[in-house]
Amino acid sequence: MIPAAFDYAAPATLDEALRLLRRHRHAKVMAGGQSLLSLMKLRVASPSFIIDLRRIGRLAYVKEDKGAIAVGAMTTHAALAAAALVRRRLPALAQAAEAIGDLQVRNVGTIGGSLAHADPAADYPAVLLACDGVVVVRGPRGTRKVPAGQWFTGLFATALRSGEIVVEVQFPILPAGTRSAYVKMKHPASGFAVVGAAAVVRLGRDGRVADVRLAFTGAASHAFRARAAEEALRGQEPTEAAVRAAMARAPEGVDLLEDLVADAAYRAQLVRVYGARAVLAALG
Amino acid sequence: MAVSRLFGARVKRRDDPQLITGKATFTDDVTLPGVLYAAVVRSPHAHARITRIDASRARRHPGVRAVFTGRDLADRLAPMPCAWLVPGCELKVPRRPVLADDRVRHVGEGVAVVVAEDRYAARDAAELVAVSYEPLPAVINQEEATRAGAPRLHDDVPDNTAFTWTTTGGDARAAFAAADVVIHQRFTNQRLIPNAMEARAATAHANPATGELTVWVTSQNPHIHRFVLSIVLKMPEHKLRVIAPEVGGGFGSKIPVYPEDALVAFLARELGRPVKWTEDRRENYLATIHGRDHITDLEIAARSDGTLLALRGRTYANLGAYLSLAAPGIPTILHGLMLAGAYTISAVEYTVHGVVTNTTPVDAYRGAGRPEATYLVERAVDLVAAKTGLDPAEVRRRNFIPKEKFPYTVPAGITYDSGDYDVALARALAMVDYEAFRREQAAARKAGRYLGLGLSTYVEICGLGPSPVAGAVGFQGGLYGSATVRMAPTGKVEVMIGESPHGQGEETTFAQIVADRLGVPFEDVEIVSGDTARTPMGWGTYGSRTTVVGSGAVVTACDRLIEKGRQIAAHLLEASPDDVVFQDGRFSVRGSPDRSKSIQEITLQATLAWNLPAGVEPGMEATAFYDPPNFVYPFGAHACTVEVVPETGEVRLLRYVAVDDCGRVINPMIVDGQVHGGIVQGIAQALLEEAVYDRNGQLLTASMLDYAVPRAPQVPRMETDRTVTPSPHHPLGLKGIGETGTIASTAAVANAVMDALAPLGITHLDMPYTPRRVWHAIQQRGEVRP
Ligand SMILES: Cc1cc2nc3c(=O)[nH]c(=O)nc-3n(C[C@H](O)[C@H](O)[C@H](O)COP(=O)(O)OP(=O)(O)OC[C@H]3O[C@@H](n4cnc5c(N)ncnc54)[C@H](O)[C@@H]3O)c2cc1C
Repeated sequence: MIPAAFDYAAPATLDEALRLLRRHRHAKVMAGGQSLLSLMKLRVASPSFIIDLRRIGRLAYVKEDKGAIAVGAMTTHAALAAAALVRRRLPALAQAAEAIGDLQVRNVGTIGGSLAHADPAADYPAVLLACDGVVVVRGPRGTRKVPAGQWFTGLFATALRSGEIVVEVQFPILPAGTRSAYVKMKHPASGFAVVGAAAVVRLGRDGRVADVRLAFTGAASHAFRARAAEEALRGQEPTEAAVRAAMARAPEGVDLLEDLVADAAYRAQLVRVYGARAVLAALG
Repeated sequence: MAVSRLFGARVKRRDDPQLITGKATFTDDVTLPGVLYAAVVRSPHAHARITRIDASRARRHPGVRAVFTGRDLADRLAPMPCAWLVPGCELKVPRRPVLADDRVRHVGEGVAVVVAEDRYAARDAAELVAVSYEPLPAVINQEEATRAGAPRLHDDVPDNTAFTWTTTGGDARAAFAAADVVIHQRFTNQRLIPNAMEARAATAHANPATGELTVWVTSQNPHIHRFVLSIVLKMPEHKLRVIAPEVGGGFGSKIPVYPEDALVAFLARELGRPVKWTEDRRENYLATIHGRDHITDLEIAARSDGTLLALRGRTYANLGAYLSLAAPGIPTILHGLMLAGAYTISAVEYTVHGVVTNTTPVDAYRGAGRPEATYLVERAVDLVAAKTGLDPAEVRRRNFIPKEKFPYTVPAGITYDSGDYDVALARALAMVDYEAFRREQAAARKAGRYLGLGLSTYVEICGLGPSPVAGAVGFQGGLYGSATVRMAPTGKVEVMIGESPHGQGEETTFAQIVADRLGVPFEDVEIVSGDTARTPMGWGTYGSRTTVVGSGAVVTACDRLIEKGRQIAAHLLEASPDDVVFQDGRFSVRGSPDRSKSIQEITLQATLAWNLPAGVEPGMEATAFYDPPNFVYPFGAHACTVEVVPETGEVRLLRYVAVDDCGRVINPMIVDGQVHGGIVQGIAQALLEEAVYDRNGQLLTASMLDYAVPRAPQVPRMETDRTVTPSPHHPLGLKGIGETGTIASTAAVANAVMDALAPLGITHLDMPYTPRRVWHAIQQRGEVRP
């Protein structure tokens, strides 16, 4: 597993990284390298220039900022899983980070890399969607903020434009009483999500489901919100039976992936089951 | 028999500190000055004619020193041989060139090799070799391959059938006619990928002064490597030295001598510089052997009281594109002969078709034929239990070969040495608390939960084996053990063995045996293996043979030294040899213990040779070859409990209990380790692993992202225990333990899952029991009912 030859730079500033990215046509930025290097070793990707982001200071942080949890793009999965703020305010994100790969991968892989890579079976995308997160990117023309719903555009495809770098991911802080959870079925070999489900749920004063956002990863070419199921659940008593009944609609209208581990029929079942488990876990 | 201090003790494995701290030397760690690196250009097609190879761009690539294609080598190297020529089955061994020179027959087959100054240049240049192919239709499935009109792989293998082998014993026709119950079931033992942690590697160095070629290679059997390499390289054996440094797992996949081994040796000789090749994981999946891959139709005849009468069946064994080194013997001798398992089944009629297909060659993988057989017979027993309404444990008890019937000859003609199957089963049932589990299971079913318990009361053939039998079954080698025990002037002991342990622990267990036997400190004994220049001719490590045949040789050699020591001691002590007793490392005159000499003192005298008795040669060194009178037949009872989650089809392993009998135990810790690893590999066959090809012969599970090797969290705590039924014919009463876990556990898990699914009316599913497969099976049965 030996990659093709490439040039390498590890700039100290973001501006320098952006400059290098503009200058080299077949350049790729590298964060943790946990997805990129595998592709290069398999020679599926052969960038001629690698821009390593790890020397750039101040891209790894977790902080509260203007009503959101702001996560630096270079924050590792392990750091995210351990961050007290995340564990307390957005358990779904911590649970997703914790469910990624193994310890070595979590110690090196980053949230920015994961969202830029947009693996259909990655864990964060479900959480980003369910939380209405925002991806902040910096490019030649400055900074832009892309809402979660617009970020994933296809299989391994995002709204990131050439010359841009993800710098931050923002997760709006959930109002008190709103709860979240992430659950997944792990692929028996890769550990990625065969199906992963993120749920954000708020109960009203009447004890019924006032608001729910539910998103899935692993099931389709990119992560998606299950709006029909959300709709079905809104206003219901939060009982297991009601949650399961609503989940019947979760796979609705989605072109489900088929592979050795799950055909479409089985994936649909996993979407129903894991959707229910996520909502029930969020309800506690 | 000296079963005193160390025999039976939990001595820690000696090689672990180096292995754990990364200090051990593996083949890839051997980097010689001036070494060149080889990269193999491999076929992307499962079946194609090579029309043209243009290596000019690769040759011009910076750092490249040479490129060879199959045609360049055709006259220089002999084809790769097959070495298990099973007789009486019309075996055809198709030619397998070191590099394909005309046609490629599986994805990953080598067509050219590039040699360069570093790995990177070699890999880059390999991509520049332009190979033109004319694709041919491929055939992947072994049954389809035998049908009329199927693409043919080799001109000299009609119907793609390399052999048709049959074993018959007893009168199956009569048994089936008399049966109350006849069950037919189709089974598959899916294709597996061995996945040794260390992939293959080889490095070679030619000494121009002596004409000697040294090859370091990931081998389970360096002497076999030397033997075969001398044939392929057309080079005399005494000019070849093969060294297997630390080997990071083999599981059978490092028995075969591979084309790359010969290539590297050839290149070093040809180019006059050391050459190294290290496989990557993708190559490991495509170019290192696979295991299992059987499709079997089995008929079982039984009486309504559960008595098993006969088995009749037919297996299509997928051999892959070529016959790997031991391939023909695995689904026949090591499989078909064991079909009757631990039972007094009086008739067996079984045919195995060995079929070539456009897939990676299949050869021995841990258990090699025996897990496949155990799966068949243990599932058969459970099917009979289900059909007759009897308890599966009871059916087993009713059919076990009784203890007093040993040695027992099964219909296939082999003779089990010893066994006490009832006791092992009783122990396992007690450990798993069988009755309580059955109550819990019944209650759970009422609540819509699906629990299952599976038993596997296996017996296996190992300790390979008597050389005359090896010869009779076409194995092109002997199967004795060998050892040289050499005492240095100071009394330190070197033990050179012909077997080649690579993690099985004989560095420790043999030192225990020798220290006990010679009465020397454990630390004074060194076990040396894995180098043809240092060790006596021996046949390597596989078939759970090393401890069994190796120890036979080791104790025989030790006893020769003791005898010699007795002669010398008698002379020096002025006593008659008959009056000299040897105990705890001292020779003393019977009745006067103060007249004594230690074995170290005697060794010094033997080495100096100043004053030896007439007729006694100097030196303290003895070599012994131990050819066992029979195989050994370990056995045991494994019990596994599972829960199937109907909404997802997931199988949760709850408990795993293993009671094994490998005769006397030298080191319980090492036996546990062997059992643990084996069980995990067997569980993996039942639940996780399957090599999948598409119809064009592309391996869909060609990486660890897709092929599910087991991980620690997927495995329950294993509860082990043992019974001890010594082999009556082995000098220390030992039996093998290297493969029992794998042989037993697949069937135990399979039976547990089928037991869990029984209330849903599911009687059979093919492995692996993935959530998807189980869920679909439940769906097809309609409503999940309690
Ligand atoms: C064994 C293993 C198991 C894994 N299991 C899981 C799992 O269970 N769940 C899961 O979600 N993931 C899993 N992963 C993937 C892992 O999470 C990766 O870390 C992640 O997908 C990519 O992050 P990275 O920082 O390593 O990015 P890299 O590999 O460095 O980059 C990935 C891609 O993103 C681009 N990129 C990286 N950073 C930026 C940025 N800031 N701006 C713009 N583009 C950028 C790169 O150019 C590249 O194209 C696994 C990986 C491995 C090796």
